[in-house]
Amino acid sequence: METPQEIVTIASSDLLAKVQEQKDAGHRLVQICATTLEQLELSYSFMGKEGITHLRLLLPRDQPSLPSITDIYFGAFAYENEMHDLFGIDIRDIRVDYKGKFYKISEPAPFNAGCLIPTRKQPS
Amino acid sequence: MSNRTIIPFGPQHPVLPEPIHLDLVVEDERVIEAIPSFGFIHRGLERLVEKKDFQEFTFVAERVCGICSFIHGMGYCQAVERVMGITLPPRADYLRTFWAELSRIHSHLLWMGLVADAFGFENLFMNSWRIRENILDIVEETTGGRVIFGAAKIGGTRRDVTNDKLKEIGRTLKTIEAELHAITDVFEQDYSVQQRLRGIGILSREDAFDLGAVGPTLRGSGEPMDARCEGYAAYRDIEVEPIVESDCDSYARCMVRIREIYQSFDIIRQVLCRMPDGETEIKVKGYPNGEHFARLEQPRGEVLYYVKGNGTKHLDRFRVRTPTFANIPPLLKMLQGCDLPDVPVIVLTIDPCISCAER
Amino acid sequence: MKMTYVALKSLFSSPATANYPAEPKTYYPGTRGHIVLEVSTCTLCKICEIRCPTGAIQVDREGKAWSIERMKCIQCGFCVDSCPRKCLSNDPQYTSPASEKITDRLDVPYEPPKRKPKPETPPA
Repeated sequence: METPQEIVTIASSDLLAKVQEQKDAGHRLVQICATTLEQLELSYSFMGKEGITHLRLLLPRDQPSLPSITDIYFGAFAYENEMHDLFGIDIRDIRVDYKGKFYKISEPAPFNAGCLIPTRKQPS
Repeated sequence: MSNRTIIPFGPQHPVLPEPIHLDLVVEDERVIEAIPSFGFIHRGLERLVEKKDFQEFTFVAERVCGICSFIHGMGYCQAVERVMGITLPPRADYLRTFWAELSRIHSHLLWMGLVADAFGFENLFMNSWRIRENILDIVEETTGGRVIFGAAKIGGTRRDVTNDKLKEIGRTLKTIEAELHAITDVFEQDYSVQQRLRGIGILSREDAFDLGAVGPTLRGSGEPMDARCEGYAAYRDIEVEPIVESDCDSYARCMVRIREIYQSFDIIRQVLCRMPDGETEIKVKGYPNGEHFARLEQPRGEVLYYVKGNGTKHLDRFRVRTPTFANIPPLLKMLQGCDLPDVPVIVLTIDPCISCAER
Repeated sequence: MKMTYVALKSLFSSPATANYPAEPKTYYPGTRGHIVLEVSTCTLCKICEIRCPTGAIQVDREGKAWSIERMKCIQCGFCVDSCPRKCLSNDPQYTSPASEKITDRLDVPYEPPKRKPKPETPPA
């Protein structure tokens, strides 16, 4: 039986309240993922008995900032450090904060840079 | 408080074949806290999706990990197929399930060998890997690769296996299964195995669920969750009962994996019995436009694929949340309060695949 | 006790490993070892070059040659699947180890069809 999935768009200021709701409902944190489009699109996925909920929020690409959810779900620290290193999202008060040393990468925020949308050519 | 020291562990350690580094805060011989650091082998595979077209990317997705390679390729294909609204021919679904279960068996056998090596049981290690080699032979014969199967493609499978061959494989698997009993009996009954695994690395059911553990790590703590119950591929016809142990220790996780091997043999038997005839692939037209989260069960646990297409041949985003990535926070919990010599064994019981986790 | 049985059985049975250099390894017919080109049917259409995920294949139309970097090839067989003339195939024998990166260059005796057969006969 396939688990139903739904995407709920929320404002970035409501994040902690919405995550707390998921926690109170006894849901499990599945993953956090960021996508670089014109804006950064973040998906926080939670799974309960009745289905998977993806909380979707948008952030500007320039100096994005978010509160950490590690006080609610401790396991989120890995995802949040990953987003900080790869997308340059400044996540405030992570319980285990690597301060950009989670991945040993040579340039800061590589996934947030370069052309992503416009005129991608086929590699010659 | 007086004797608190920090012992660095890894990324190169005799019993840990994975590039993870742990700073172990120890008091005498007891670990108080473990702080992981990884990222030594980050390859940026997720961003490669912008350079490769979505059909070529199957090969990249498959190389995320060397052990669960087929399920990575299959998961990526499944996510793209859902975005494009493709329904596979039934034979393709069954063949994929067949290979997915073979890869689960060989991954668990590999893990059995590694854990036996970690607690110093060389003979058991060699014997586990000897049996694994027979499984790899079947894989090589049917797909052409030993660990990188290369058999999944968007719209079906790249190879077909004749029905006679499948019957022959069914007979071979029966003899392998009989041989395997001798090895798993050792895990179940041997005194030294019990001494090294029982009661260490306790992860309670609440902690496992809260910290987001997946796969055998979660099922070893008594939570029945198996992504195969989603009913993707041929699992919609085949009933999969999640295998659960309630002891919450390393031994429970070991037993979950051993029982899963036999469950996989059983699933393969059902797949071979019901294998439908017909096409193994359909032609794919157009480009993916839309997004989908696909959820599959890997040998190491639940894996999540996220694919977002924009109607061109390059995808916007490919994201894979591998099971090891989710199992790191529970591992830190398990390590709290264990003895220093047990650390390698506990790290191995989550079946870590750091290369997988960093992509 | 169980292990003693397994160990004794291994002690008195023949080795599970092969006596490798003396006894050559037999491959399965479907093994993806290395890519072979049948030069007589190749039309230098460049599809394999475009499809190759690693860019190991180079097709030189002017110089009439097809070349492959053996160390770059990952034996995925995508070129074999996409070749319209079915002139590529997988050979079960693996690429032999080498101390330097080899490029195999094959001359293709393909003559492209003459474009302009008409103007030969001038309109009377």
